[in-house]
Parts: sequence; C-alpha cells; structure tokens
Amino acid sequence: MNALTNRAKPVDRRKMNFMERIYLVAIFKGMMITFSHIFKKKPTINYPEKTRPFSPVFRGLHILNRDEEGRENCTACGLCAVACPAEAITMEAAERQPGEEDLYREEKYAARYEINMLRCIFCGLCEEACPKDAIYLSETFAPSDYQRKQFIYKKEDLLIPHPLKQPEEYKKALGNKVKREKAN
Amino acid sequence: MLLAIDMALVIEKLVLIVIVVMASLVIAMYTTFAERKVAAVLQDRRGPNRAGPFGILQPLADGLKLFFKEEIIPNFSSKALFILGPSLAMLTAIMTGAVIPWGDKVHFFDRDISLQIADVNMGILYVFAVVSMGVYGIMIGGWASNNKYSLMGALRAASQIISYELAMGISLIALLMVTGTLSLKEMVVAQQQGLWNIAYQPLGFLIFLICAFAECNRTPFDLAEAENELVGGYHVEYSSMKLGFYLFAEYVNMFISSVVMATLFFGGYDIPFLNEANYDQNWMALFGVLMLMAKVVGFIFLFMWVRWTIPRFRYDQLMNLGWKVLIPLALFNMLLTGALVLLKHNGWHF
Amino acid sequence: MGITQILFWGLSVLAIFAAIMVVASKSPVHSILSLIVVFFAMSGHYILLNAQFLAIVNIIVYAGAIMVLFLFVVMLMNLNAGSEPQKHRMLQFAGLISGGCLFLVIISAISETPQAAGNVMIGTGNSGLIKNLGMVLFKDYVIPFEISSILFLSAMIGAVMIGKKN
Repeated sequence: MNALTNRAKPVDRRKMNFMERIYLVAIFKGMMITFSHIFKKKPTINYPEKTRPFSPVFRGLHILNRDEEGRENCTACGLCAVACPAEAITMEAAERQPGEEDLYREEKYAARYEINMLRCIFCGLCEEACPKDAIYLSETFAPSDYQRKQFIYKKEDLLIPHPLKQPEEYKKALGNKVKREKAN
Repeated sequence: MLLAIDMALVIEKLVLIVIVVMASLVIAMYTTFAERKVAAVLQDRRGPNRAGPFGILQPLADGLKLFFKEEIIPNFSSKALFILGPSLAMLTAIMTGAVIPWGDKVHFFDRDISLQIADVNMGILYVFAVVSMGVYGIMIGGWASNNKYSLMGALRAASQIISYELAMGISLIALLMVTGTLSLKEMVVAQQQGLWNIAYQPLGFLIFLICAFAECNRTPFDLAEAENELVGGYHVEYSSMKLGFYLFAEYVNMFISSVVMATLFFGGYDIPFLNEANYDQNWMALFGVLMLMAKVVGFIFLFMWVRWTIPRFRYDQLMNLGWKVLIPLALFNMLLTGALVLLKHNGWHF
Repeated sequence: MGITQILFWGLSVLAIFAAIMVVASKSPVHSILSLIVVFFAMSGHYILLNAQFLAIVNIIVYAGAIMVLFLFVVMLMNLNAGSEPQKHRMLQFAGLISGGCLFLVIISAISETPQAAGNVMIGTGNSGLIKNLGMVLFKDYVIPFEISSILFLSAMIGAVMIGKKN
C-alpha cells in the first residue's frame, strides 16, 4: 500500500542500547520540552474582560431596527417568519392608531414579536428576507441563563434603543453595521 | 514530680508545634494552587485566576467548597474505619514535621530556642517509621469503602509503598554510612561545615528521589488513584472534607518529603558560600528557614514538573523498577559506599 | 506518681486491652488493627526504657511492614465476620492446651527473671541505644547475627523458588 503522504515514519524496532534503556536521558529531554512551554504565548483569552474580535460577517443576536426619527421599521409582514428555517420567529400584527405616527413608521406594526433563541440557528435568512430593513443580526450572542423561558426574546429585548432619546446606546447597538453598509 | 517540668520549655515547644503544623497546612494548601498553576503554565494555559488577584484565594474557595459538600458514608461500610482512614492519612502526613530541623537556634527572651520540635537522636528513622505508617490511612479507607475499585487502589498503594520503602531504606543506609549519625540536626550541621551530601551520594539521591515519588503516590507512580483504571482509586467513595483530607494529605506528604530531601541531601537550612557564624544569630536563623523553604519550593516544582511531563507507569513496570532495578542499585550503592568509607577509615586519601 | 508512671500504666492498660481485642474481635481486620495498637503500646514501653532504636524499629518492621502484609492478605481474601469457618471441637481443644502451655512457660520465665530496678528508665537505661546495640550485635554476637541473616536469605530464595514454579 502506498502512503498517501510522505510524513509517515516507520517504527524503529531496533534494540535499545544502555543509555536508552535507563530512560533518564529521555525523561530529561521530555522535561526540557515541558519546561520550554513555560515561556510560550498562552492562547487563552480572559473572557469577560477581553473578548475575541468577531469577523465582519459574524451573525449574532437579532436587533429590531428603528429609522432616524426613532420609529420602528417592522410592519409585521411575516416574511422573516416564513424565511426562518428553524421557525424561531412569531409575531402578531396590529394597526397603527392615530397619534402613534412617531412610534411606527407605517400603518401596520408588530404588536408582539418573539424570537426563540434556543431554536434560532443564526443563519441570517430573516435579515435577507426583510423588505423594510427592520431586522438584522448584531455582533453579540445570547448570554447563558438558568431558564428556558429567558431565551424567548420579546420585542422589548430586541428593539434597538431610541436614536434621539438614547443616542449613545443606539450607536453602540448599531455597532459596525453602519460601517459595513457604507463600505457596500 | 508531676509538675516539675520546665513550663517555659513546654510553652516554647507548643508554640513551635502550632507554627509547624499551621505552616505545613498553609504551604500544602498553596501547593494545591501551585499545582494547578504549574500545570496550566506547562500546558500553555492560564490556570485559576478568578478568586482574588491572580487567583490567590483559590485554595480557600476549594476548601470552603469541600466543607459545604454533602457528606456521604456508604451504607454497609464500617463507619468507624471509614472515618479513621482519612484521619490517619492526615495524621501521619503532619507528624513527620516534628523532627525536621527547620532552622538554627534563635535567641529570644534570654533563651536559645531551637527551631526543631524534637531533636531525637534517630530522627531519620522516625521519619521512616511515620512514612511506613502512612499506608494504613489509604488501606483502611480503601477497605472500609466496601468498593472493588477502592480496594484495588488500596492494595496497589500498599504494595507499591512497601516495595519502594525497601529501596529507600537501603539508599538511606548508604547515606548514614557517610554521615555517621541518625540525627537530622547533626546531619545539617555536618553539611554546613563540609560539602552537601549530594556530593557524596549522587546515586543514593537519585534512588531516594524516585522512591519519594512512589511513596507520595505521585505521577509517574500514581497507580493507587489512576482515574482511568480505577475511577478514583482508594477514595472513590469519599466525599466532603474526608475526601479533602486524602487529597490534602498527598500535598502535605509532598511538602514533607521535599523538606526531608532538602535536609538529607541539600544541606537543610544551610546557606551556601556563607559562614553563618559571622552574622547576627536571629537574622541568620530566619534566612536559614527561608533558604530551606526555597529548596523545598524547588523540589515541589520538580514534583509537579515531573507530574505534567511523564506518563503513568504500568503496574508490572512499577514493580519491575522497584524490585529489579532500584533495590539492586541501592544495594550496589551501599556496598560501594561501605567500601569507600572503610578505605578512608584505613588512611587512604582520595 | 510521676508522669512516667502514669505513662507506664496507661500504655500497659492500652496494650492489654488491645491484645484482648485481637483475640476477641470477630472481624479479622479489626483484630489486625488492634494488634497494631499493641505494637505501638510496646514501642511506647521501649521509649520509657530509653530504648529508642528498638522502639522505632519495632514500629518500622512490625507495625509498618509486617502488619501491612497481614492486612493485605486479609483484604485480598475478603475474610469477613460472617464467613468464619466452623472449627472442629478437637481443634479448639488442642488450641486451648497449646495456648495454656505457652502461658505457663511465659509465667515461669517471668517469675525467674530478676526484678528490674523500676518500670521506667528514661535517660538512664542504655541497652536499647543504637550504639550499644550495634556494639553487642557486631562484636559479641556477630556469628549468630550473620547466621540468622543467612536464614533470612534462604527463606527469601525459597519464596522466589515457590513463586517461579508456576
């Protein structure tokens, strides 16, 4: 049988000589190898204090978007729920009442919008399906919890902060998305 | 006659005993922490760093956790023996510290206080006796657990310790021929004036070191608690602080055997290239204790370094090494030393 | 009564109590542990007689090595209190007679020995110190000593032979 690579080494089955049989030399060599590892760089990252940088295409927790005046983009059309392969998204639509124009951008809005983060596979198809640029995936991931029901994210959990009332939080939640979009 | 004791002496010794016991416990506690750190560093990891700065409170957290764990005593084990096991393991581990010369004399309150609890004239034999007692804690605990795995672990530990005790004893005999005394204090004093014993007994030291690894049940000879063969070895059935005692006794043993090796072969509290008599007595005693501790830290690091480098022996390899290699080697070393001592005694110079 | 006297009587009571426990206890493991206590009490007596070397060697050899082997065998054979075989009546009788004979011999031997100066000799006795013991063993009794070592050697070779057969 031919070897697939040239990296295979044949086993050395010669009799060991005296120096090899007392093992002390081999043990010393091995200990030197472990000792040299003291000075090597440690790949571990101290997680909560430091985080690993995400790649620009990372898909994390969902965010429901608002426009520049702070009105919700979502019209509860249900395309995201249809697109979702894991069936993680449910919603209920409602009609905008007079006087709510500064809350919702169009006449129809989502009264209830839930994503089950345990079902979600973070594929990003909802983001692609959305005609209103209302949902996108951010650069954080769902934190751990003790209860399953904590993983069903309500609309309040998903909505981005108000751009006029909380501009700093809004900018933070927007993250690198703006830069990415400008680059496109 | 009952009250005709030197009260000052009693107080002095009591204080010394408390200090030695506390110190060996605290050092053993931090050895568990050091073990995890050394393991991490040798494997390119970081190790525990959450509890306190640099994880310095980690051993306290570990101890606290063990105290709060549920205590389980198996239903049909012998309860008294089940409790006796870990207690004996701990007791024998701590008892050895009594004869170790921790430092030179200090001068306080118009008294010369020796930093040694008991200068018995056969200190090294005492250490040996206590070490040979140590196996009972493991055996009784393993048997009382009424579990096949713990029984096997206990039997392995017992036969391993008995086998390696022989080679250890014979290598010690060669050392005793050189020093001509059994008292640890006198050995240290002799090493302060002349060379360290390692210069006279390199082979003896190597044998002693290997046997010390085996006696402490440390890797590469940790067959008594080989996780992947015996689940956990002799302490499978133990929980809570009784398990803690077993684990802790291992570290106290490691500390004590490091101290013994430093004392026997590396001059104890002797500071090399320095004549202690020229300086203040108390300061020199303090530096001597620190020097001993530095040597001990070196040995403990060696224990850990070996543990995270060398894989575990197979049981037949262990027995072969003990009976067919170490004992003949120790006998040869003893014969050679005896011949040389005799020749030197008869006026040869070399 | 001084401290040494109290120690003497305490150790004696401990030794006798543990010795009775060796015979009386049902479980072989408990018997062996009691026997270890007996050895420790005897070592205490040796120390009271200023025979430190004997005391330590007693612990190393008997309590530390031989008793471990006893314990080893008992644990391996898994002897329990329940599985003790029923002994024959004649065997019990023979045991009684031979034990009684041994007892008589010991009694007569003790009654023959001259009364010691005292129960304890801390700091005064010198028969058990390592130097004197070495002098006696290697000067006065060197031939019996060496012969007994040959006896041990032959026993060891015999054990190896038995082990090699299989």
